[in-house]
Amino acid sequence: MKEPNDVILRSVTKVAVVIIFTFSINLFFSGHHLPGGGFIGGLGFAAALTLLFLSYDIETVRENISLDFKKVAVVGVLIAVGTGLGSFLFDAPFLSHTFDYFDLPIFGKTELATAVLFDVGVAMAVIGTAVTVIMTISEDR
Amino acid sequence: MVWLSIIILVPFIAAIIVPFLYKVFNQKIHIGWFVLFIPFLIFIYLLTYIPSISAGKTFTYLVQWIPTYDINFELYMDGLSLVFGLLITGIGSLVIFYSIFYLSKEREALHNFYVYLMMFMGAMLGLVFSDNILVIYVFWELTSISSFLLIAYWYQRQRSRYGAQKSMLITIFGGLSMLAGFIMLSIITDTYSMREIASQMDLIHGHELFFPLMILILIGAFTKSAQFPFSIWLPDAMEAPTPISAYLHSATMVKAGIYLVARFTPVFGGTAEWFWLVSGIGILTLLYGSINAVRQTDLKALLAYSTISQLGLIMSLLGIGSAILYFGYNDESSVYAIASLAAVFHLVNHSTFKGSLFMVVGIIDHETGTRDIRKLGGLLSFMPISFTLAVIGSFAMAGLPPFNGFLSKEMFFTAVVNASQLEIFNMETIGVLFPVIAWIASVFTFVYSMILVFKTFGGKYKPKMLEKPAHEAPLGMLIPPAILASLVVIFFFFPNVLANYLLKPALASLLPEEVTAVDIEMKISAWHGWNTELFMTIGVVVIGSILYILLKKWIGLYSVYPQSFTLNRLYDSGLAKMESGAKTITDQYMTGSLRAYMIYIFSLLIFVWGGALLLPGAFSIDVSNDAPVSFYEVGIMGSMLAAALTVLFAKSRLTAIIAVGALGYLVAIFFVLFRAPDLALTQLVVETVTTALFLLCFYHLPKFKKEKEKKGIPFKPLNLIISLGVGTVVTLFAISANSSRMFEPVSSYFEDSYELAGARNIVNAILVDFRGLDTMLEIFVLTIVGLGVYTLIKLRLARREKDEGAE
Repeated sequence: MKEPNDVILRSVTKVAVVIIFTFSINLFFSGHHLPGGGFIGGLGFAAALTLLFLSYDIETVRENISLDFKKVAVVGVLIAVGTGLGSFLFDAPFLSHTFDYFDLPIFGKTELATAVLFDVGVAMAVIGTAVTVIMTISEDR
Repeated sequence: MVWLSIIILVPFIAAIIVPFLYKVFNQKIHIGWFVLFIPFLIFIYLLTYIPSISAGKTFTYLVQWIPTYDINFELYMDGLSLVFGLLITGIGSLVIFYSIFYLSKEREALHNFYVYLMMFMGAMLGLVFSDNILVIYVFWELTSISSFLLIAYWYQRQRSRYGAQKSMLITIFGGLSMLAGFIMLSIITDTYSMREIASQMDLIHGHELFFPLMILILIGAFTKSAQFPFSIWLPDAMEAPTPISAYLHSATMVKAGIYLVARFTPVFGGTAEWFWLVSGIGILTLLYGSINAVRQTDLKALLAYSTISQLGLIMSLLGIGSAILYFGYNDESSVYAIASLAAVFHLVNHSTFKGSLFMVVGIIDHETGTRDIRKLGGLLSFMPISFTLAVIGSFAMAGLPPFNGFLSKEMFFTAVVNASQLEIFNMETIGVLFPVIAWIASVFTFVYSMILVFKTFGGKYKPKMLEKPAHEAPLGMLIPPAILASLVVIFFFFPNVLANYLLKPALASLLPEEVTAVDIEMKISAWHGWNTELFMTIGVVVIGSILYILLKKWIGLYSVYPQSFTLNRLYDSGLAKMESGAKTITDQYMTGSLRAYMIYIFSLLIFVWGGALLLPGAFSIDVSNDAPVSFYEVGIMGSMLAAALTVLFAKSRLTAIIAVGALGYLVAIFFVLFRAPDLALTQLVVETVTTALFLLCFYHLPKFKKEKEKKGIPFKPLNLIISLGVGTVVTLFAISANSSRMFEPVSSYFEDSYELAGARNIVNAILVDFRGLDTMLEIFVLTIVGLGVYTLIKLRLARREKDEGAE
């Protein structure tokens, strides 16, 4: 990006990014029962990263987040396929999901669903792809 | 029986682990030692099945895969698949052992090699142990792909890439045609299970699709097993490392076609078409391969043509053997059962002697640096052990006693002589050609077997033409061919042990249903008295020896045949023409202008959607159920119109981008109004990200707009028509979709999402559970697009930097 003097944007970004990250994670987990889910959560995450790229330059962000987002996308797809294949181990057709209720220490009675694992894959694929695209385009000068 | 599925899975898991092993251990140990365990253990495990299989039992194991479409991972083990399973793992172990000494761990990319090899082994095991034809197809193509990767293992060489591409094009073409045949079969029989298909033989025989589907499936088998005229890929596949040639291109993969034909014999056998196609093409291939093998100067090319010819032999035996399904099994027709037995017997024999021959040729190549017969000679005194192994292999191939090839060759002669006396399928007219062609081909087989041994090991030693002085190979490279060669001899002396425990159970799969392995009474013996077959063999040896001695006098005859009429020429020119043709067509519409592409896409949309609306008269308007339009909605509509018009008449790109963003947010507000929070959220976030993307791209867009700014944007009638057309069609479509109810809505099913998927959010339950497969494929596409954008831009950047560096 260019080098304008945008102190206000940067200061706001510092706080806002944290809020957006938290909100995205919340969106992701609430997806099971309330509006949200892997796709939206992932995109929100990507949007926060985009905000970072816009207000700071790419190199700065790169130094601090040294993740290869292409790999994030690929790992996401693999997780999704893996949950699909996992159902074979339980003698169930490809991509069968199940859920049950557990009593966990802090959370109390909690529902754990394998669909959420699949959703993790979706979210990672979305984050990885969106950030890869944005970064490659903005690096191209 | 769960182990049956595990042995198929294990090689694939190994393929994933191998690269990590390579990273950790390659400095110290050749990773082949780790890989060796896998086929060896599976081999031992499969051996334990022999007693129960030979008692006539079969095993099945079912894993549900896509039960909705009746596609299940159903495994089935009978005699035939066990023979193949043992070959795959047995020869596989020997080949891996051999490769440890053949491929140097310092110089070669071993991890690639073993990953591909394990992939191939898993695919091959899956192929022979599957019962579902679609699963068979998947594994079938996987063997083609891994073969492609293995042929191109030394991808730096142009010949390797050429051979790999050729084999891929031909075998995948065959695979696709086979798939078409499989689909027709499943349409007729309404099942994907191989065994259920076989039980509906009469239905298939009477069906009008019978002949086309048989041809399609046979094309699959013939391309894979390198039958004439598809055989041209096999000689070029010899660019692969020798262990691969020994394993894939002589012992296992090329036999997949044989396996398929054998599997389908109970379905198609007993008809004249099947008999003529399988035995006719087989015997033609036998002749073609053996004649061409004689003129080769490269040892591996010679073996390749000899493999083609031997595969033709097995194929023709299967064809002749299928006659038994016409007669039914009884004492008189049992002569045709002998043909099938000979097919399975020769299949095993061929794997043993050809495998050992390939390994010996690999040794010669490794220790002298060349495989050219013209440069080799006199190696006998330097490589006595290799010589012995070569003699055993070649003499078995030529059909001489005391080697197993003699037995199966005699049985082959018996079969063709019997076939010539058949009185069905018009055999009485030209059936006599069968023994004649078989005999001529055997003479040539004898000649090239002698060339293989005596041109390389006999004659004068020419040290100047070799890259390195000849010497005997290390022990590790000699052990695998020695094991195979000893089997060649053992099978000659104890053929009935092999026959009773392995061949007859395999034969049961080829015979009419009522026959079980226990019923078949047959003995393989070396001595039948002075009968026709023996005289044929003696004739082969006498004439063959004379021809070999006079080789120099008649080898020139081969150059009489014009080079421009060969199959290879046809393939090359066909490929070149196809490429140039495709390029001409593509250049017509791939102009490089994004606007042109938009025009294609949108005109197609107008035609397809508009056509779908107009042709069946699907358009309808029904406003009776619609809710009244509220004040807010009118307001948002107005704002959206304003935003859209702003985009059209905007003077600068920035304004246009912001207006497009506004349009998107207004749509999100609509979603809020209509109580679709998920959609609204998604729309908001997508809009934010895409607007950001637009702004990023904004920097890179060309500046052509500035030039035209003076005159305003030029008016283009075509663009106007297309945009109006898209708008109209989409609107009409939405109205019609809302106005017509043709089915019960499916939403009631999803309303149970809390009970079915434990989720209160229906939208998310649909995305990740009910329609999870769609989502999975969508994220595939998404990731591929992301990687595509990355490579396109990065490659362009790299090239530009290189160009700048050059300046």
